[in-house]
Amino acid sequence: MEPFGYRAPRSLAEAIELLASDGDPGPRVLAGGTDLLVRLRAGDVRAGLLVDVKRIPELAGLSLDGDGLRLGAAVCAAEIGEHRELRETYPGLVDAVGVIGSAQVQGRASVGGNLCNASPAADSVPALIALSAECVIAGPDGSRTLPVESFVTGPGETVLGRGEILIELRIPRPRARSADAYLRFTPRTEMDIAVAGAAVNLTLGPDGACRAARVVLGAVAPTAIAAPAAARALVGSRLEEAALARAAAAASDACIPIDDKRGTAAFRRKLAGVLTRRAARAAAARAAERA
Amino acid sequence: MSEPRYKCIGTRPIRPDGVDKVTGRASFGADLSLPGMLHGRVLRSPHAHARIRSIEVEPALAVEGVKAVITAADLPDLASQAAQGAETQTDFRDLSRNVLARDKVLYHGHAVAAVAATSRTAAERALAAIRVDYEVLPAVLDLDSALAPGAPILHEDLRTRGLAGGGAPTNLAARIEIGRGDVEKGFAEADVVVEREFTTRMVHQGYIEPHAVVARTAEDGHSVVWCCTQGPFVVRAYCARILGMDLSRIRVIPSEIGGGFGGKTTVYLEPLAILLSRRTGRPVKMVMTREEVFRATGPTSGTRIRVKIGATAKGKLTAAAATLVYEAGAFKGSPVTAAAMTMFAPYRLEQVRIEGFDVVLNKPKVGAYRAPGSAMAAFAAESALDEVALRLGMDPIDFRLANAAREGTEAPYGPKFRRIGFVETLEAAKRHPHYSAPLGPGQGRGVACGFWFNVGLQSSAAVNLNEDGTAVVVSGSPDLSGTRISLAMMAAEELGIPIERVRAVVADTETIGYSDLSAGSRVTFATGMAVVEAARDVVRQLSERAAAIWRVDPREVRWEEGRALPPQGAAGGPEPLGIEELARDAARTGGPIVGRASLTARAPGPGFATHICDVSVDRETGRVSVVRYTAFQDVGRAIHPGYVEGQIQGGAAQGIGWALNEEYLWDSSGAVENPGFLDYRMPIASDLPMIDAQLIEVPSPTHPYGVRGVGETPNVPPLAAVANAVRAATGHRFTDLPLSPPRVLEALDSEG
Amino acid sequence: MAKTRVRGTVNGEPVELLCEPQATLLEVLRDELGLTGTKEGCATGECGACSVILDGRLVCSCLVLGVELEGRSVQTIEGIAAAERLHPLQQKFLEHEAVQCGICTPGLIVAAKALLDRNPHPSEEEVRLGLAGNLCRCTGYDKVVRAVLAAAADLREQA
Repeated sequence: MEPFGYRAPRSLAEAIELLASDGDPGPRVLAGGTDLLVRLRAGDVRAGLLVDVKRIPELAGLSLDGDGLRLGAAVCAAEIGEHRELRETYPGLVDAVGVIGSAQVQGRASVGGNLCNASPAADSVPALIALSAECVIAGPDGSRTLPVESFVTGPGETVLGRGEILIELRIPRPRARSADAYLRFTPRTEMDIAVAGAAVNLTLGPDGACRAARVVLGAVAPTAIAAPAAARALVGSRLEEAALARAAAAASDACIPIDDKRGTAAFRRKLAGVLTRRAARAAAARAAERA
Repeated sequence: MSEPRYKCIGTRPIRPDGVDKVTGRASFGADLSLPGMLHGRVLRSPHAHARIRSIEVEPALAVEGVKAVITAADLPDLASQAAQGAETQTDFRDLSRNVLARDKVLYHGHAVAAVAATSRTAAERALAAIRVDYEVLPAVLDLDSALAPGAPILHEDLRTRGLAGGGAPTNLAARIEIGRGDVEKGFAEADVVVEREFTTRMVHQGYIEPHAVVARTAEDGHSVVWCCTQGPFVVRAYCARILGMDLSRIRVIPSEIGGGFGGKTTVYLEPLAILLSRRTGRPVKMVMTREEVFRATGPTSGTRIRVKIGATAKGKLTAAAATLVYEAGAFKGSPVTAAAMTMFAPYRLEQVRIEGFDVVLNKPKVGAYRAPGSAMAAFAAESALDEVALRLGMDPIDFRLANAAREGTEAPYGPKFRRIGFVETLEAAKRHPHYSAPLGPGQGRGVACGFWFNVGLQSSAAVNLNEDGTAVVVSGSPDLSGTRISLAMMAAEELGIPIERVRAVVADTETIGYSDLSAGSRVTFATGMAVVEAARDVVRQLSERAAAIWRVDPREVRWEEGRALPPQGAAGGPEPLGIEELARDAARTGGPIVGRASLTARAPGPGFATHICDVSVDRETGRVSVVRYTAFQDVGRAIHPGYVEGQIQGGAAQGIGWALNEEYLWDSSGAVENPGFLDYRMPIASDLPMIDAQLIEVPSPTHPYGVRGVGETPNVPPLAAVANAVRAATGHRFTDLPLSPPRVLEALDSEG
Repeated sequence: MAKTRVRGTVNGEPVELLCEPQATLLEVLRDELGLTGTKEGCATGECGACSVILDGRLVCSCLVLGVELEGRSVQTIEGIAAAERLHPLQQKFLEHEAVQCGICTPGLIVAAKALLDRNPHPSEEEVRLGLAGNLCRCTGYDKVVRAVLAAAADLREQA
């Protein structure tokens, strides 16, 4: 790799200062490095300075309470997967984080990194959006919070300005009788980038019918996209075959997919429907268990 | 099954070289570093087809830390001359131009220059500083385009071998034909005729260790080369020719090798490292990146194969014909000939004709990949046979049994088979519980067979007896798969001593006699034969020493279980003399005891296999999963059954990957789109079930222990086994590989 | 770029070295410390041949910077055996013929150790998923999985 500097600040203020510093090429955040180092080595991106954020307390911890989850942006995927209460509360999110690469990648990759890398196929993003997550950003001008669906603006692009850093994700506690699920399709059982992904977050009523739903698709558009028509198809139903078929069709329609070396647009469209149906069933089964 | 008369053969001792491998101590190609070493890197063409107008290396030499830059101008311009590999042929002129492009670049990634510098970073900067002026030419990236009239021509002087009267430049390098009888007559006699066209894509051997070399040239011009290779003597010979050096000026020491499968039977970096070390007076290390391995080594051909098979209503094959069109890559020499020879070899056929075409196009020069050429041909043949059986309403194994080659059958390529075990593999498959196990919904079962001739070729070996009666087996065959332990076991069996008292080492080109490649499934067969002969030489010498002590005729001395036994009948006769005593006294009785042998092993026993594959197909996503796999192979005699099983399991896994997901993807400019393990999708542990390897032993009469080569045959059936299973699961016959989910889904959806 | 001084622990021993920021942990282990048991197969985190255990977590060392070793502890294949005795994983890999060419073996053993450290009683499927990040081209994984299951049984017995 072309040479760069390296700093590992222990405070958020120091990190912001470093990230706001001059340089051509400029500074970049290093969390798990599982995307960044690959791109640096390939020459796809350049960096003058890597700011290692793993030792900053605000990014390194997670806490779960009555209000919900505060997930430090640099917490590694393996830690999330090992957290029993997280798995029980947000199974879909944990599923999504858990498929980001192999055990080796899980030991380093972070949700923050997955989000900031802003790949159209990022696995955590649809699940985060489905859960109505928020991003907390800190920068030279203070901090701001915004819905996660506003964070990624295009392939590889986010709203982060100069000197800004994503510090945590906030996810509200699920309502009663609610559960999420995330499914994706890859040619092999692991290790591949998602060809399509679907996150479904459902709330069931006391009568067992679907009261509310969010359906978010990944890898079928420049960014993760919500499929509100698919969600509407589920609401009021008991997830019977006809409703699922409508939801699947709506999901397929919502796609703006491309042909690339991982799949054709037509294939992605078809999969979006199949995965939506399967994820909806999984979320409903989980939600019913919480009744 | 093996008779219990062997002490060591057929057991499963732990390989002595294994400890270094499980502790990380074993030294592979990139593990050596020498003081003062420079790092070498290669500049590669960004165009699939272009004329090189000029190369300016001076800017690179000006980069700090850069010590030398070379191009084809620094190599002799070789005339065309054939160079024999283990199973493939190459041409030295082509080989030299593949190592460094001269006049033209012929594929994206083709080596254009090489540099040596004090660090990898400096070397990379040097590459960026070299200025190459290219005249970009239109590229040909598929078989049809390459053969179309008016196609861009890769080599102006290429004419089709095997076609008379060809005057114009062409991309058709060769036409071959084999066969006998009258296929039209045979088809006329058939009640069922199946004719189909099949296509496969370029795939890579996928060895996990990238090519690596360290070369050091002394002031007297003698170079020592450390590299991962399947053939140190081939590296020596090829480098000597490419560099215009005497063979004796190059010593090649093979490191441990992290996979080869045929892909490390030629040279890419080695001549460059030698020349750079000579120029700089310092050792030079060159290691390929994974991307370079995919772009610029020797994957195997993409193919188009048309096959036609006829059979009577009773299930007797009447004729088989095929046309094979194989990609050679940038230079002539695809494995189309071997493919033609093997594709129908498992069957008795009076009328058979196979025509093959070797086509150059702007892709990397193809290399040998485990039974080169035959997996694709078997995909076509065994799929078509499956279809014939279906139409006849016959069980696929019964159909093959009715037509199976046996001892005395004349192969399509000429020779009569001696004792072979194909029928035994079919019968074992039929009997096996897998064949009658129930299938779940969405599942299907496929059967396919395969053949590979295996090769013999030359090997040298020595068995050195130590003063304590232990022995060291020395050979020139790099160990890819556990051959050291098998060689040691054969020596232990001959000497009659425990395996723990025998070690085996791999020597280099200056410490052992000439040996051909570790390829062609030949090591346990041919090098094994040499080891057996060398061990018998030791036994003969030991017997002579004993005879001298006893003052008897050496021919009357018997050797049993590690001891010399005196002639019977002598009352109050001498006690037997053990190997330890005789070894201890060797200095006094005549000197060191070293057994040696060098030979050309003849008549290797061919390998036959029958594979059963169960798949589960998700009709909504097109994903195919292999849920059960059993491979039956005639292995002759399994010296170490565990490592024979390993060969079969590994070959099956490669074939499964080839069938399901592996393929080179190209962009419109001719660059590989997936030169990495993310998008070149090889099977991972969670993709596969256990692979049951059933060893059928029908000893080959041409080896002292009945050994047949085993390494390549397992790669041949899986493509069709998987495809036939998918047909059974879905009703759809897939004729295009790989069976990636988008393709499968599209086919299933279009059928409704 | 100037080299940074890094102090960490490798296989239980303190190390101190100088490295450039852009050097990966894999390069540092192999080129600075001479620990060539950890291999480079792809340098992009897809083959697992460079697997090491960093502060108790399995990682690909090609995706970790050498400077990140500061204050941290790494276990490589060279640190798996205890003095002259092989670890049960190493022993079982030999007994079950799970080593062919051996290039992926160090990564597999380290990954398997990390798996068994967390899950001492894995099912076959859990072993396969735990090793999904380690490519092997020689064995088809069959004997590797058997070796890991056997080592797990051994370790449970010893505990």
